[in-house]
Amino acid sequence: MSETFDKQTRADLFDYLLRLGDDRLILGHRLSEWCGHGPMLEEDIALSNISLDCIGQAISLLKLAGEVEGEGRSEDDLAYFREAIDFRNLMLLEQPNGDFGYTIMRQFLFDVYSFYLYEALQESTFQPLAEIAVKSLKEVRYHLRHSSQWVLRLGDGTEESRQRIQQALDNQWRYVEEMFVLDDIEERLIVENIAADASALQEKWREMVEKIIHQATLQIPGDNIYKTQGSRQGKHSEHLGYLLSEMQILSRSYPDAQW
Amino acid sequence: MEDNAKMEQFQQRIDAGEKIEPKDSMPEKYRKQLIRMISQHAHSEIVGMLPEGNWITRAPSLQRKLSLIAKVQDEAGHGLYLYCAAETLGIDRDELVQQLLDGKAKYSSIFNYPTLTWADIGVIGWLVDGAAIVNQTMLAKASYGPYSRAMIRICKEENFHKRQGMEIVATMAAGVPAQKKMAQDAVNRWWWPSLMMFGPHDSDSPNSGVLLKWKVKTKTNDELRQRFVNLTVPQARAMGLSIPDPNLKYDPETKNWNFGEIDWDEFYQVIKGNGPCNEERIEARRKAHRDGAWVRDAAAAYAAKHADKSNVA
Repeated sequence: MSETFDKQTRADLFDYLLRLGDDRLILGHRLSEWCGHGPMLEEDIALSNISLDCIGQAISLLKLAGEVEGEGRSEDDLAYFREAIDFRNLMLLEQPNGDFGYTIMRQFLFDVYSFYLYEALQESTFQPLAEIAVKSLKEVRYHLRHSSQWVLRLGDGTEESRQRIQQALDNQWRYVEEMFVLDDIEERLIVENIAADASALQEKWREMVEKIIHQATLQIPGDNIYKTQGSRQGKHSEHLGYLLSEMQILSRSYPDAQW
Repeated sequence: MEDNAKMEQFQQRIDAGEKIEPKDSMPEKYRKQLIRMISQHAHSEIVGMLPEGNWITRAPSLQRKLSLIAKVQDEAGHGLYLYCAAETLGIDRDELVQQLLDGKAKYSSIFNYPTLTWADIGVIGWLVDGAAIVNQTMLAKASYGPYSRAMIRICKEENFHKRQGMEIVATMAAGVPAQKKMAQDAVNRWWWPSLMMFGPHDSDSPNSGVLLKWKVKTKTNDELRQRFVNLTVPQARAMGLSIPDPNLKYDPETKNWNFGEIDWDEFYQVIKGNGPCNEERIEARRKAHRDGAWVRDAAAAYAAKHADKSNVA
């Protein structure tokens, strides 16, 4: 597989697959922290399901990344033996879970993005990636239904729930811009029809988000706030380091062991 | 129901091997015993999510992480399923959950022990789920229909969990020295509490007589415990792990593995609330319930608003 790409494309594609894989790994990890602590049993089950899907997708994407890189790194090597600066996930996804409303809003904003991204990636000329997108889109459709229904319930539920979910949205708004910013790596891959053009998804993303937010009687925050940047290049918040130190502790402690 | 003729009729149905269904007449004591057993079982599934959930974020590979999340999720599903089975006896889930949070309801004491290393996740699957399967295989034949059917379904998943657990233990037992040490240490810590899962000796078990008579149970605590030991000792040997019991000895005549006496003082102390994690477990459940109150209120308010709207329309 690595033979069919030139060196630059291979390096770009490796990085791009890390972006896709790390988003889902880190979000799936955060969601799994809810297991046993949800507001009701049904949500323990639902959040675990979504976590399983995210980590499952991450496995496929990181495995593919390792194959593209061609240096013999497995999905586990990539998950457990990289530092925070080498992770390519969005800053939004590494944020601590907060309350259920924070988790749901984070999920909703990401699900809409992930939905349109996978939809576009189904057309990728890189067949293994297109196949992952087809399969994952089915799962994300369900995730999006789950998160948007909860945004509606919490927004249009009680006064307390409306305040909490609005607070979550206000807090997270600074992280969303990063979803749509292109760098040289993505631009080169878009030219080859390998990557999806994320910047072209922003309008559709905004349309769906606004529709649900308004239906939930909530307000879209103003755009005159500072927007985070750089997590695709490894510039993260401090939270990622702690997440990784917990996640990686066993593999790092016994690098020669099989588990 | 309580008059003698009816009691006799009920006993005849039991003796004929008939299943009792929710709308059938049944002695009040039968109903109460079943609510007690099924709800304790449901609570055990829910509290049991905590010690294993403790290692989800530290699982050593992505596949192990997936398996563990799925396992803990299965337990939530079992809890839900069992609460539903209890509800067929005329009590609702909220009331049962409240009993757990108030410290009035019991759950399996095994979950009051801590998970200290990754090997504990393997050993819980192998020993704790293994012991649960021995018990539940019997309960799958229980005279109360909904409980029996719940057990059949749950047993299938528990068997899968047990295999997964054994695989983790076997991998570690054959691994680097640090892994072997963790595996043996986990067996040493979980062995006796696993034997305690079957409850007191038959002679000290207050509920056993009536449960056997009504075929809720068809085997005694001691019979089930012996069966578990007989199944498990050869598995431990095959993996090169030792059982922490100097009195363990095979009896070729009875084909049983005889074993030493359980520390019943520890057993009763943990039941009384003095185990290593009793307080943490209940507090974790209370916190989840407390933190989730606004979410449940919001869901109820939203449902009510939208029900109103559809009524108007």
